[in-house]
Amino acid sequence: MFGTLKGRFLVIFLILAACGWAFFDNYRECRSQAQAGDEPRLCTPIKLGLDLQGGMHLALEVADPEGTLTHEAKVDATDRALKIIRTRIDEFGVAEPLIQKVGDTRIIVELPGIREEGRAKEIIQRTAFLEWRLVKGGPEFRAALPRIDRAIVAALGPQLEEAEEAASDTAPAPAQRETIEQLLFQRRDTAAAADTASGETVETSPSRRPLTALLFDDGQQHAFLVAEADVPKVKRYLELPEVQRLMPRGVTTLWAAEPESRGAQLYRRLYLVEDRAFLTGERLQDATATRDPQTFETEVLFELDRAGGRQFERITAANIGEQIAIILDNQVHSAPVVQSRIGSRGRITMGGASLEQAQDLALVLRAGALPAPLEILEERTVGPSLGADSIRQGEIAGIIGIALVIAIMVAYYRLAGFLAVLALVFYTILVLGGLAALDATLTAPGIAGLILSIGMAVDANVLIFERIREELAAGRTARAAVDAGFKQAMSAIVDSNLTTLITGLILFQVGTGPVRGFAVTLSIGIIASFVSAVFVTRTLFLLYLQKRRATEPISI
Amino acid sequence: MRLFANANYDFVARRRIAYVTAGSLLAVFFVAAIVFQITRGSWLNYGVDFTGGTLVQARFDQPTSVNDLREVLSGTEITRFGGENEFLIRAPVYEEGTDAAAPVVSALTERFGQGAFEVVRTEAVGAKIGGELQQRAALAILASFLFVLIYLAFRFEWRFGVAAVIATAYDVLFSLGLISALQLEVSLPTVAAVLTVLGYSLNDKIVVFDRARENLKRTGRRDDFADVLNRSINETLPRTVMTSMTTAAALLALFLFGGEIIRGFATIMLVGVVVGTFSSIFLASPALLEIERRWPSKAKKGGSNTSRAARAGAAV
Repeated sequence: MFGTLKGRFLVIFLILAACGWAFFDNYRECRSQAQAGDEPRLCTPIKLGLDLQGGMHLALEVADPEGTLTHEAKVDATDRALKIIRTRIDEFGVAEPLIQKVGDTRIIVELPGIREEGRAKEIIQRTAFLEWRLVKGGPEFRAALPRIDRAIVAALGPQLEEAEEAASDTAPAPAQRETIEQLLFQRRDTAAAADTASGETVETSPSRRPLTALLFDDGQQHAFLVAEADVPKVKRYLELPEVQRLMPRGVTTLWAAEPESRGAQLYRRLYLVEDRAFLTGERLQDATATRDPQTFETEVLFELDRAGGRQFERITAANIGEQIAIILDNQVHSAPVVQSRIGSRGRITMGGASLEQAQDLALVLRAGALPAPLEILEERTVGPSLGADSIRQGEIAGIIGIALVIAIMVAYYRLAGFLAVLALVFYTILVLGGLAALDATLTAPGIAGLILSIGMAVDANVLIFERIREELAAGRTARAAVDAGFKQAMSAIVDSNLTTLITGLILFQVGTGPVRGFAVTLSIGIIASFVSAVFVTRTLFLLYLQKRRATEPISI
Repeated sequence: MRLFANANYDFVARRRIAYVTAGSLLAVFFVAAIVFQITRGSWLNYGVDFTGGTLVQARFDQPTSVNDLREVLSGTEITRFGGENEFLIRAPVYEEGTDAAAPVVSALTERFGQGAFEVVRTEAVGAKIGGELQQRAALAILASFLFVLIYLAFRFEWRFGVAAVIATAYDVLFSLGLISALQLEVSLPTVAAVLTVLGYSLNDKIVVFDRARENLKRTGRRDDFADVLNRSINETLPRTVMTSMTTAAALLALFLFGGEIIRGFATIMLVGVVVGTFSSIFLASPALLEIERRWPSKAKKGGSNTSRAARAGAAV
């Protein structure tokens, strides 16, 4: 089949047809997806990389700030997170997302054409761990407060006084704030009074009662208010191991998700809750976003599955008159008082949040919670206009580059140069077809690789032509010289192509994203250049020599 | 038209000139690298890919100067990029898990207003990834050398392989020196460019050595190795120059029209092709000659091809 001219042309035709089919197939697939999605998309026979069509690339890993997770635990968490992210992205509706695991514990997410990067990031990263806990432990905590205060003073001692001084320097009109607070709340003097009753000495200086001084009572049994500015300080106190040890058994503290305003000040509520959840988001069946018609507040309505509903009913029935905290990602969203037995439906109020935010929350709740928080290690975004620029510049550079190469080849090798150019056309189609067939993505460095490999692709032809010229100079007839030229040049072509292929494959192994795109185009280019120079140019030469006598001179 | 038809230059005899030229160029780069290492703390201008950090590329509608941006963005490095009103803003740190571009974008919005500019690209790389990439890049270059050396040892005698790798190492060092001297930003595409220079340059040397191997076979004995090498360089000279020309032409188009992101890449490649051609002609064969003189092959007289091939295999 390779022997006859007809057979050779048939092979060339079949290769070209296969490339054509690969283009068409990719294009058709893209069209059908574009019709399904609502965003208009650029459809190209070859998939474009993020740097060309715009989009976002994220590398994520399971966060482990304390370094307490074992490798197995991390791998397991990564696998589960991968599935959940996939579900979330599918629901979010991104065309052709790439969500894959790299190595054992890393997740790569690529979202082509995405415009709302911040929103997409939030949807991917949000842990969305929903849980319900009983609000309790107020009296016990109040009783423990004097001891907690002393523990803080003992632990932080000198640091505390420095902080106190710094605070009195910077805080705006503390006296004024004090008076407002005295008006608004009963100060914690009640607790102090209780202490006196139990015979302990009362400390009134704020530096002796660091935590109590920052907690304000607004009448709720199991919660305090903390001025927004003091929240980091209180957090630091509560995280101290000495304080953790003094916490009432089975009780822990959680912050409210949203601040509350009282007068001109912003406060955040600190809840005391049971340290175990009686129900988690795993039992969630559905979640939808709505706007309350009366209050115009956005909220997410949720529905529990059968088992979850029964559990909820049982707990609420036993705790009528108590508060239940709805907790999302360790923040209390609301803590309604149980009026009666509650079944399988409930709501998470989101205050003034936009409906879009509520929809996103409903989405992540439906998809399920991440097993652990994820941290973003790497983030790259490319706007669509930059990508379009790169494509346009690549086209211009490509056309000019090819024109230059053609000019040089034809000027130098005449008709043989022209044959090489025809082979080059075949080469270009074959590379693009190869990219389409392998579903490889074309990136900006990939375009550079393609243009570069056009320059290098003629190398094999140059090797052959120079050989033919040498053979002609040595006095051989045209046909014998052509045969000898191809044969003699072969070992150099094989060796040089294989070494370049080795570097190409190593680049592919090591590189990510655009560089990988470069390695793919380079590697495909090398193989295609081999086929086009050795087979196609040979065929064209055979055609050229066919009708000539062996002694007639050839144009090379 | 034929370039260098029946060329007969004595490249090998003048190899000392080539050594001095090559050495002094490298020395200049070396001095520049030391100066940068001292003054800037690093001889290479690593981009965010490797150091970790944040990069924001912003495109303004109205004429804007670097100073305008500097007013609102302290602690960042601001450079004009490509077009008149396009800027690269680099911040040295990226705290994993934060929205890195947000502070820059909000500072710009506050100063210039919404819609006055477009953020066309952001990159935020954590130190963890940066360190990993640095390692992998170095590994890639070393692995390329190793695998190519193994392949060449199979196909040629080990002497050829070592000579080709030495000459190619020169090209890679030269490229790195240039990257340092011009303080081109080192990013992942830069590593790709250096590796491509490596591949291209090896390719060039192999063609010459392939001819040398053939000529050695033809003469059957190695009575004058230098002569054989000279003849091989001269015979392949037209091809060496032609291929360099076509490749350089394609790269020149990329350099001039390929856009800002590709320009650094094209610069390195363009220089790499020129240096690669130089070292193929002036360094690779002399290196082979020096190796042959120091460690002559035993079958110097009348060694048959088959025994040489067998030894080449054994050398691996």
